[in-house]
Amino acid sequence: MPTVRLFGSFLVESARAALRGGRMYWTWIAVLLLLIASGAAAYTGQITVGLGVTAMRDQVSWGFYIGNFTFLVGVAAAAIVLVIPAYVYDWGPIREIVIFGELLAISAITMCLLFVTVDVGRPDRLWHMMPPFGHLNFPRSILAWDMVVLNLYFAINFVVVVHILFRAFTGRHYAPRLVVPLVLVSIPMAVGIHTVTAFLYNGLAARPYWNSSILAPQFLASAFCSGPAILLFVLQLLRRMTSFKIRDEAIWKIAELMAYAMFVNLFLHGAEAFKEYYSSTEHLLYTRYWFQGIGAHRTLVPYAWSAVSLNVLALVLFIVPRTRMNWVTLNIGCLATYAGCYIEKGMGLIIPGLTPDTLGEIYEYYPTLTEVRVAAGVFAVGFLVFTFLLKVAVPIVLGQLSAPALDRRRASHLHA
Amino acid sequence: MRRAARLTGIAFAIAIAWTMVARGGTQTPAPQGAPTLPSKPSAPPAEPGVRVEVPPPPFSDGIFPCTTCHNNDMPANRARRTLTDMHTDIVLKHDAEHRWCLDCHDADNRDQLHLASGDPVPFDESYRLCGQCHGEKYRDWRAGVHGRRVGQWNGAKRYLLCVHCHSPHQPRFKPMAPQAAPHPPMRPK
Amino acid sequence: MAHDHTHKADMTRREFASVAAAAAAGFLLTACGPRRLREIPRDRLRKAIADWEREYSERYGKSVTVSDAGPMPGVLFAYALDLSRCNGSRRCVDACVAENNQSRDPEVKWIRVLSMNKDKGIDFSDADPYYSPAEVPEPGRFYVPTACQHCRNAPCTKVCPTGATWTEKDGIVVIDYDWCIGCRCCMAACPYGARHFNWVAPKVPSEQINPAMHYLGNRPRPRGVVEKCTWCIQRTRAGRYPACAEACPTGARKFGNMLDPDSEIRYILENKRVLLLKEELNTMPKFFYFYGT
Repeated sequence: MPTVRLFGSFLVESARAALRGGRMYWTWIAVLLLLIASGAAAYTGQITVGLGVTAMRDQVSWGFYIGNFTFLVGVAAAAIVLVIPAYVYDWGPIREIVIFGELLAISAITMCLLFVTVDVGRPDRLWHMMPPFGHLNFPRSILAWDMVVLNLYFAINFVVVVHILFRAFTGRHYAPRLVVPLVLVSIPMAVGIHTVTAFLYNGLAARPYWNSSILAPQFLASAFCSGPAILLFVLQLLRRMTSFKIRDEAIWKIAELMAYAMFVNLFLHGAEAFKEYYSSTEHLLYTRYWFQGIGAHRTLVPYAWSAVSLNVLALVLFIVPRTRMNWVTLNIGCLATYAGCYIEKGMGLIIPGLTPDTLGEIYEYYPTLTEVRVAAGVFAVGFLVFTFLLKVAVPIVLGQLSAPALDRRRASHLHA
Repeated sequence: MRRAARLTGIAFAIAIAWTMVARGGTQTPAPQGAPTLPSKPSAPPAEPGVRVEVPPPPFSDGIFPCTTCHNNDMPANRARRTLTDMHTDIVLKHDAEHRWCLDCHDADNRDQLHLASGDPVPFDESYRLCGQCHGEKYRDWRAGVHGRRVGQWNGAKRYLLCVHCHSPHQPRFKPMAPQAAPHPPMRPK
Repeated sequence: MAHDHTHKADMTRREFASVAAAAAAGFLLTACGPRRLREIPRDRLRKAIADWEREYSERYGKSVTVSDAGPMPGVLFAYALDLSRCNGSRRCVDACVAENNQSRDPEVKWIRVLSMNKDKGIDFSDADPYYSPAEVPEPGRFYVPTACQHCRNAPCTKVCPTGATWTEKDGIVVIDYDWCIGCRCCMAACPYGARHFNWVAPKVPSEQINPAMHYLGNRPRPRGVVEKCTWCIQRTRAGRYPACAEACPTGARKFGNMLDPDSEIRYILENKRVLLLKEELNTMPKFFYFYGT
């Protein structure tokens, strides 16, 4: 009983903390709410008319929504760039900030699930996937696997975060017997969620651009550089706006790990490009559409080369210690990584995989305003969730937000 | 309270599981009332010598019976020539280098055709005549693999005569106007 | 926390009530909730069919029948198409649209005829489905109609997360239009571009509706679900040829039971050189292309 009441107070105090803020905070929230409203309005149009308001057609049946979904699964998996140094190597500077990686994972998975919801033709039937009332085609369908592992990963991170914060709120340390196994499981699970998402594409023999063994490792490499890019921004913001102490070494170490991930990412892309261009089979068509265009169809070519340039720039900036440890070039590198990986995972994965289509037809897809508005709305929801989580987590971890009558609790529940 | 919640959850789960198993969840229902296969599921390829039922030959209006004109009053002229008095609408484009009318049409009885051996063939069995030269197509046609057929895949089918699709005098399939092309995919307005 | 002994009987009764309620709710939800057409019991299927017949008859002002014919034993359907005879007339496309109640606006066409270059052979990178000459066949071109190949190793049924599409015992790959969530995994998985999505609500004018329907075939589809060729399941399970096979003016299309040694299909498989599209993908289509001449 007391635990329930305490948890209730934890929720109430957290809500209060989330609603406490200065002008900048509320401006940020207002912008997010505006984007969410715009997204909701656009989605209403989509729900009433149908997915025909998007630019997707039979020839290119997946587009912007699924591209964003794929990118965000990568961002969610990137939590392990913090979890491994923190829990496996017990490295102090990152140990202190690992919770932010988990919060990012929760926000990213929220966005992933929302993107799937806005992409399906019948969101009112999503329960058809859930046993026992629905039917999940497990283990044959990879999307079924994806639903299972994404929700499991979400649950693990959610339980760990809520437990740690609740315990901190009540002035207690987290229970290692609960947290450590869960966190250690979350490491292969993070690899798992992005591998399964890669398998979603990888397993389709009908799409030669995707049907390549290199896809799963390449997804992971690009995830491990794009996810932490967001984190690095957030960590610098937290240092400015709160009294949270984040050591420079933590940020630089993360940037260094991102550099290695980016190298692997570029290497794997290069290996793929070699195979396509050198063997020069019919499959080259899709890679050629991405890098060179086919005939008059050249919509994606500028994106292809931008992505490559941005990624190479990011690699250089992060691998050279001087530019890695310079705050200006570090942030340029983060931006370049995020943009490069976003283009390459979004436009660069989905569209060339489906263009030309299975019967050789080229329909040039690019998102409509509706799709952009809905996607922006989903991103805003994710950012809002992340903002609220941070607004609650930072004070709790700093000890500024704790249960009332804490001292009384402390006296009666020593080392509970 | 905790025990009640736990028991409730277990009961719910058991009820669901039992109902799923009891209703025989994943089996395809037995096809009751499905049409049973007839003992001879499909008409076998018509054996040579077996007559094939076909609709009447596509004669032009009033042209048959030929003996209306080609009777004892009009003696047969067996000289190879291009016709100038009648049937000038027929231009032979069917091995015209080697063949002419009376190689297929019977000079003595214009209401029938004749094979190379001289055996008469009625117009509604003209496939036997075509089959003399076009043996593979004839075999395929008898099996139902050449030419259009309508009907039942597991029962009665209707054959057409060769001449229903191929004019005997200009057998090459005529080009036709295609139906409209599909609309290409378009972005929403 | 020790329970007060005097309250033990009350708690047990309360526990019992909640347990019984949970059991009832679990039973009801599972037994009476919506079901996949693949596993729906016969009696519920009959009721659903009666509901559909009533609903469609009212909607279209015609006397609609929805068949519940199951697969015939001893039947595995197959299709054969003579590439030396197809002249690209597209009569099959329009016959299919009319027979299967496909949307007229926006246009949905299950059959796509590809015009290819005779010099290159079957080469999808050089295929044109939008040919519009005055007459077909065009010189130097040959025509390859494509639709669902009803694969024996179908990639589409493998990837569906809800099990809304499956292969029936007679070999027809079907879709449960009321179970499909519209995720379009099957469309990504199909190598033949055979599946079509209802991006908006399909529209068929009432006077053009074909009232002879099958519950897994040509009954009207809702928005947001996938549809495709069903080998005219409403006709073929009643023993008739599919509409496309009967409509073809050159007799290029052949259909029958692969397991019947006397069928046209077996004759073609034994006597003609057949080829499968994208054979290296090991989908094992039951749609065979051959050159009759």
